[in-house]
Amino acid sequence: MTAAVHFDNITCTFAGKAGPYTAVKDVTLSIADGEFVSVVGPTGCGKSTLLNVAAGLLRPTSGALTTFGEPLNGINRRAGYMFQSEALMPWRSALDNVTAGLEFRGEEKAAARAKGEDWLSRVGLAGFGDRYPHQLSGGMRKRTSLAQMLILDPKILLMDEPFSALDIQTRQLMENELLELWSANRKSVIFITHDLEEAISLSDRVVVLSAGPATRPIGEFVIDLPRPRDVAEIRLTPKFTALHDQIWHAMKDEVLKGYQQTKNRVVA
Amino acid sequence: MNRTKLRILQAALLVAIFAFWQVATQPGLIPPFVWPENADRAAFFFGEPSKMAQVIWAWFVTDANIYPHLWVTLQETVLAFVIGSVLGLAIGLWLGLSPTASALFDPYITAMNAMPRVVLAPIFMVWFGLGIWSKVALGVTLVFFIVFFNVYQGVKEVSPVVLNNATMLGASRKQLLRFVYLPSATSWVFSSLHTSVGMAFVGAVVGEYLGSAKGVGYLIHMAEGSFDINTVFAGILVLTGFALVLDFAVTKVEKRLLVWRPTQGDSGAL
Ligand SMILES: Nc1ncnc2c1ncn2[C@@H]1O[C@H](COP(=O)(O)OP(=O)(O)OP(=O)(O)O)[C@@H](O)[C@H]1O
Ligand SMILES: [Mg+2]
Repeated sequence: MTAAVHFDNITCTFAGKAGPYTAVKDVTLSIADGEFVSVVGPTGCGKSTLLNVAAGLLRPTSGALTTFGEPLNGINRRAGYMFQSEALMPWRSALDNVTAGLEFRGEEKAAARAKGEDWLSRVGLAGFGDRYPHQLSGGMRKRTSLAQMLILDPKILLMDEPFSALDIQTRQLMENELLELWSANRKSVIFITHDLEEAISLSDRVVVLSAGPATRPIGEFVIDLPRPRDVAEIRLTPKFTALHDQIWHAMKDEVLKGYQQTKNRVVA
Repeated sequence: MNRTKLRILQAALLVAIFAFWQVATQPGLIPPFVWPENADRAAFFFGEPSKMAQVIWAWFVTDANIYPHLWVTLQETVLAFVIGSVLGLAIGLWLGLSPTASALFDPYITAMNAMPRVVLAPIFMVWFGLGIWSKVALGVTLVFFIVFFNVYQGVKEVSPVVLNNATMLGASRKQLLRFVYLPSATSWVFSSLHTSVGMAFVGAVVGEYLGSAKGVGYLIHMAEGSFDINTVFAGILVLTGFALVLDFAVTKVEKRLLVWRPTQGDSGAL
């Protein structure tokens, strides 16, 4: 089977004031069609960079990216991207933000609106359609972004720490919601998170990245917990705890290394 | 201090200023030291508020002959503002998005902005005659640069994440221009709205003052020709009031169009 996304020996080097900085080096990674993969790694290691490569927003310095067997040239039209930072258009209401993609496609206005309302209520924002982004809370903005991405029904979902701004209850609701949407209509997901528990409870596979510079995957863990899952309940199972211990053990050194490096870079 | 009290004090200050003005220009009050030869000099130089009020009253009520002049000035201001803004927006977008063009035109833009553009007024009169268009042209040169620089800067500061997001949602380059750059640039036009409307007004009045047959600037110019200081001041007061009304209208429009922008102290409760 051809992979939905295949990173083939990807290296990304940024030109910087203090000389070139190689964020990720020789990353080879495959995400199968319909697979939910989480990527965890210390802060600043290059997770967003990899996602930008998968989206086609960033050209790798070397290496190639293929989606469903085709080499990617330009923007990845099969992918939806939920950005780490604020990405809504501030001059558009929540509803108009959600329907933006349909509008770009030239879809008929009334139909787009109806779809948009439907997606807003699916992410729990029914009745908030005419609010502008600055009138929404951070979590509401994230949910608007989620609806904005999902309304286009992309084959591949690229999600960069989508729920990190949410409180734990809302977060678990959204995670369950995401799992439900995903299992109804299996998409390939690359899900970036800092939260190992979130990664394990959602994914089929967890990829651990090393600390930067020259980040690469240092471990892959298959999460064979049964589905459908409830993200809150599954955390209490012994198997979950065992997986968590195993992955955390592999990560710990890298997290400490990453923290140390960030600190040194700030001091230097 | 609460709001009403503040307003009352502000009004009282205004009355006090005019009262002082009126009293100080009465014949014989200051003159003995300053102008021993002529007791009327203070009134000659500074005018008398009571007479200004009479002039304004005649303009607006008894003769009711200022309205065509106000209308001309308003037309010139609005036209200068609209044309200058559209040009500034279009060229600002173009240069903001095209590094080659902006590198090419950069020194010329800087030079034209540095030039005191009021000196162009006589040239515009030769080109466009004494009617409203020479004044509009002058106003346009003033408005254009304010809007242009705002839009140019605004285009460069469009959030790259918002741009990337729109791109991922499938926007073509043309759609990015229409749905991201344009609304973002328009918000920059509106943030400079007060200044650019003010400049359009300055262009209109200065143009009228330098040569025309209509408009409030023309009235002032005529009065000056006959040393009628009270009419000059009356004209200035009318212009000030006119500018205040314009500014008020701009604030209203701004509030309507920029609802999406967070304002300080906005509780977000709707
Ligand atoms: N455009 C750029 N120019 C220069 N350096 C960059 C650029 N983008 C990213 N970097 C550097 O590459 C490294 C990886 O950045 P990236 O944003 O991918 O980290 P991350 O893993 O997503 O971090 P976080 O978890 O904090 O979001 C960082 O050290 C960052 O400073
Ligand atoms: Mg990141």
